[in-house]
Amino acid sequence: MTEMSAKTRKTIQTQAENLSKKVEHFTKAEIECLIQHFNSLLADQVSRGKAAHGLDRGRFRGILQNVFGLTNAMMMDGVFRCFDKDGDGTVTVEEWIRGHAVFLRGTLDERMKYCFQVYDLNDDKYISKEEIFHMLKQSFIKQPTEEDPDEGLKEVVEITMKTMDHDHDSLLSFEDFKKSVQAENLLLEAFGTCLPDPMVISQIIKCINLSFLSDVQADNVYF
Amino acid sequence: MGLTLTRAAQWTTSSSGTAKLESTPLNESLLKEILEFVEKIGSKSPQEAEHVFEEPLQWNTTLVASHFKKGYNTRGSTVKSNEKDSEGNPLLQLSPPSLYVRNFSQLSKLLHVAKDRKLQEVQACLEENRDPMVNILGWNFISKLDRTRSPPEVPIDASEKDVKVKLFILLQDIDKKILNKLVAEISEQVQLDPTIVTKEVELFKQCCTEGEERLLKSLRYTSDFEFSNGCRAPLWRQALGEICYLVIEPCDGEILNITCSSAGVFLNAGFQQEGDESHYERKSDFYEDLASLLKNRSPHFAENINKQVVDGEERGRAQKSEKQQENIVHQWERLQRALYGRKKCDTCQRWRNLGVLTVCGPAEEEKARKSSVEKKRPGARSRMKAELSASYSPGHLSSQRTKTSAGAVVEEQFSESSSETEEEEEQPERRSETNPDLPSEYWQIQKLVKYLKAADQTVTVLVLCAMMELDLTKETCQLAIQDLGGLEVLLNLLDTNDIRCKIGSLKILTKISQNGFLRQTIVHMRGLQRMVNNLDSPVKELQALAAETIANVAKDRRARRTVRHHGGIRKLVKLLDCIHDSANLRANMEKDLEVARCGASALWSCSKSSKNKEAIRKAGGIPLLGRLLRSPQENMLIPVVGTLQECASQESYRVAIQTEGMIEDLVKNLRRDNDELQMLCASAIFKCAEDKRTRDLVRSNKGLQPLVSLLAKADNKQLLAAATGAIWKCSFSMKNVAIFQESKALQTLIGLLTDQPEDVLVNVVGALGQFAQKPANKTAICNGGGIKALINLLNGTNQALLVNVTKAVGACATEKDNVAIIDQLDGVRLVWSLLKNPSTEVQSSAAWALCPCIENAKDAREMVLFLIGGLELIVHLLKSTNNEVRTSICAVVAKLAKDKEILGVLTDRGVVSLLAELINTTDNRLRCYLAEAIGHCCMWRNNRASFGEYGAVGPLVRYLESKDTSVLMSTAMALYQLSKEPSNIITMHEEGVVQQLIHLTGSDDSKLQEFAAGCLRNIRLLSLANQRAACSNENP
Repeated sequence: MTEMSAKTRKTIQTQAENLSKKVEHFTKAEIECLIQHFNSLLADQVSRGKAAHGLDRGRFRGILQNVFGLTNAMMMDGVFRCFDKDGDGTVTVEEWIRGHAVFLRGTLDERMKYCFQVYDLNDDKYISKEEIFHMLKQSFIKQPTEEDPDEGLKEVVEITMKTMDHDHDSLLSFEDFKKSVQAENLLLEAFGTCLPDPMVISQIIKCINLSFLSDVQADNVYF
Repeated sequence: MGLTLTRAAQWTTSSSGTAKLESTPLNESLLKEILEFVEKIGSKSPQEAEHVFEEPLQWNTTLVASHFKKGYNTRGSTVKSNEKDSEGNPLLQLSPPSLYVRNFSQLSKLLHVAKDRKLQEVQACLEENRDPMVNILGWNFISKLDRTRSPPEVPIDASEKDVKVKLFILLQDIDKKILNKLVAEISEQVQLDPTIVTKEVELFKQCCTEGEERLLKSLRYTSDFEFSNGCRAPLWRQALGEICYLVIEPCDGEILNITCSSAGVFLNAGFQQEGDESHYERKSDFYEDLASLLKNRSPHFAENINKQVVDGEERGRAQKSEKQQENIVHQWERLQRALYGRKKCDTCQRWRNLGVLTVCGPAEEEKARKSSVEKKRPGARSRMKAELSASYSPGHLSSQRTKTSAGAVVEEQFSESSSETEEEEEQPERRSETNPDLPSEYWQIQKLVKYLKAADQTVTVLVLCAMMELDLTKETCQLAIQDLGGLEVLLNLLDTNDIRCKIGSLKILTKISQNGFLRQTIVHMRGLQRMVNNLDSPVKELQALAAETIANVAKDRRARRTVRHHGGIRKLVKLLDCIHDSANLRANMEKDLEVARCGASALWSCSKSSKNKEAIRKAGGIPLLGRLLRSPQENMLIPVVGTLQECASQESYRVAIQTEGMIEDLVKNLRRDNDELQMLCASAIFKCAEDKRTRDLVRSNKGLQPLVSLLAKADNKQLLAAATGAIWKCSFSMKNVAIFQESKALQTLIGLLTDQPEDVLVNVVGALGQFAQKPANKTAICNGGGIKALINLLNGTNQALLVNVTKAVGACATEKDNVAIIDQLDGVRLVWSLLKNPSTEVQSSAAWALCPCIENAKDAREMVLFLIGGLELIVHLLKSTNNEVRTSICAVVAKLAKDKEILGVLTDRGVVSLLAELINTTDNRLRCYLAEAIGHCCMWRNNRASFGEYGAVGPLVRYLESKDTSVLMSTAMALYQLSKEPSNIITMHEEGVVQQLIHLTGSDDSKLQEFAAGCLRNIRLLSLANQRAACSNENP
């Protein structure tokens, strides 16, 4: 960071200035830190000889796995889809910051929206039984007594559907999802881990804050 | 009646022509019920009986014209009744073989005519009129009641409608009555259920091995899909009670197609082609289980089954069998138990459905109806159709609630009755007190637990959420979770790293740990350790839940100890530290407070052990509790004050509560409108107010007034006990009594002397005893009827209460006029008899109460001598080993001895020697009263000498070294009395009494001076006399 040229610093500062107006939950200083982190990740990618305006899927998944501790491939794809708002296959710096806002400091509402989007595999605004089944497919470890391990899973999907599907249309709309999560917060990540662990979150936040401790205003901290 | 017929009656399954009622005992009793109803309707509700049916009931009768006599118009073989309806049609018409009847009164008459054949007539009538309700009331009427039923509505005449409705209600009533009766009958017959079948099948599957010993070649289900209720039959067959279909290939003979239904096991026609319904038809008798069917059909099986079981058992006993074999034996035993004693069942599944009729709501019903209508297909399902077309009565359709509400509903029906076999036969030795009905939740929980064991964290959370949806406050659910191994899984989850799983598990544990039985198991399974481990998680929600669960579990001693031993107290105290001054943590405040609240709740539970109280203090809990005591939230204050009041039994806490200014907060919270909080605050004050400074603090913080106002909530006994307790302790300060009296506490307290639980009475009486220290109050208590209630309480057995009552009575007796009242009410005798109480406390306090009674009695001599054996009792108690008792009895003796006659009796009983024996005591109070008693006993000359002989004088002189003025006073008095006996003077003189007495003459107290001087005078007189005698001796 110290050997950063004045010019880059200037760019980052303007970038941060702009983004801090668009993205909630972060101070300008924090955004600067996140941008730097993004840039360094991007630089790795560039050095491997690729286009430079955003992180590609593979790189992004690597980060999810190493930094945020997400392991489920299907979930990671979903997370990428959510980060990559414009669907161009790369995560730009703005998308990066926005994603982090939800990851690190998202309100319950924002998190619900985010999770729903991850779980809505075909992006039709509904989560169907098939989608749930698909997401949970790997979740039953062993079933020595059962001939068909899917049987139990099917049943779990049925039960879950029964409790979450408030309008009884056999599909989970966002409203259904929201209602259920508000009643029982545990259902936020109902169909797979797609948010970082609270420990990871607090570690990352500590990292961000540590580098700009002096700039952080006490009353601006939400977390 | 429609309901009974379509649902309860057992129709033959023959597809040709009209269905017949099978001749079963159940049908018979059903027919009898209907018959009775029809026969009586004419007399019971004549108006309804006259109502003309919309359509005549028509059937082929066996009656002929000759049967009909009076009131009928017979022409050839046709018969017409004389009675006609408004349009002139006869109400009964017979044109052989058909018979038409148009109202109930005719029906009833007809049955009368039919005599011994009436049962057959009813049967024929019902068989040919499968929907009699429609005939009787008309389609329109029925459809009006039941909107979903088709044809267009036609206006119905109002008055006619009235009768119709009445008739309809009548029919419904009888319907219900019959059903209830039949349900009661069939409920005695226990039936097969999916679990038993599954177990049996599993067992036989293991028997399908290779080689000679095998029992069967193969066994398979026709369908791999298992519904959530454990059934495999299609839903619409499940409604008929069928559970699953099996294809079994025995070692000998042809393949068996078997239907397992709740009524039993039977052979079916076999599946030839899909969609053909005929294979469901029963081809054999019912067998009570699979084994008996197989035994019957396959000789090989019958021969080998017993051998295998015996083999298995033997091997099992020898303890070298393979696991599988052991398993078989075990399962066999269980199965045998489950099946043993089960009656032969040949009832239809439909019966079972009757049991759940009442729980079926209209909404579900309608949904179900739609679904069943969809399924309506021509052909072999004519029976189903018959049911459908008759489905107008509320609740009727529950058996057909199939497709949409699927598993759960059907399951509910199954478990409703199937449960009995399961619980009764399998678990009686384990827990005989539990309800024999297993609810549907049992099966649900069984499944969920199974899934929990096989799921990763994501699905685990889903399953936990599903479990939370169940009513976990129900004991059956709680026990089911324990019995099915769920508790273990839940506790194991606490050891994982997944926060969401832990949270989910704790959410369930908090609820189910309300059950004492489960709490024990949790402690056994090291559950508390795991919860304690989670207390220092960085996730607040987890901390809070863990603490909350500990609060629930730590309700017995062992659990509390476990928490302490695992460092739980320290961690819990740490949770209380939630108030940070820094403003930036505002957002987290709520979570922090919740954590602190749960921590306080857990500490409250734990603080019932004294070692835990100490541990909380050592962990620095007191200041933290003090800080939380200023919290504005009641839900926070309750556990905090709860902990404090629990701990206030310890001196260190009382001091802390006083010195850290908590009294102020406690008083403040007394004014909150929350009974529990008020109770806890009052209780804390109760425990702390033994200390004078605390009492003063309560007063200076204006806490006395709210305490009195709590007395108004006399319905809440706990609150009342705490409030009266606090008042009692606070009234030890007379300043407080004055303030209490300003708010008319005295009157209220007197009012509380009757009809209260003992713990309230103890406090009320204690307070009255304190109030009675003021002379004015003594009269007030006596005049206000208080004394009568108090004396009544002397008959009780509660020792704490008796102590307080005697104190109060004693306090009242210090007023002269009161003693007369007390004596009149037999109070003195009662108090006196309490000297026989085993408790020394009661003894002494009774003795203290007697003192003023004796002193103030108009004629003490008469009063005392009247009490036969009373004086012996007093003398006897001087032998007590308890100093307080001795002291109080000495006081009584001192009062009694004032009367010469009584003193005579006492002396005869040996009071002198007993008093003399006490002389070497070091207890100042005892010395004081002992000296007084000795002094008073010296009224008799002989006694004075006796005291000397018993060696009481010397030690008594040494009492004068005491600094206690009251001891000095009574000793001086006693010495003065004793000095009237010359031999005593010698002893006194030897003990060097003169110097001390001279010193005492310089006292401020004139009485003391007098006694000292009097004693000196006696000594002087003796020595003068001595000198004189010496002189006279020298100079005779």
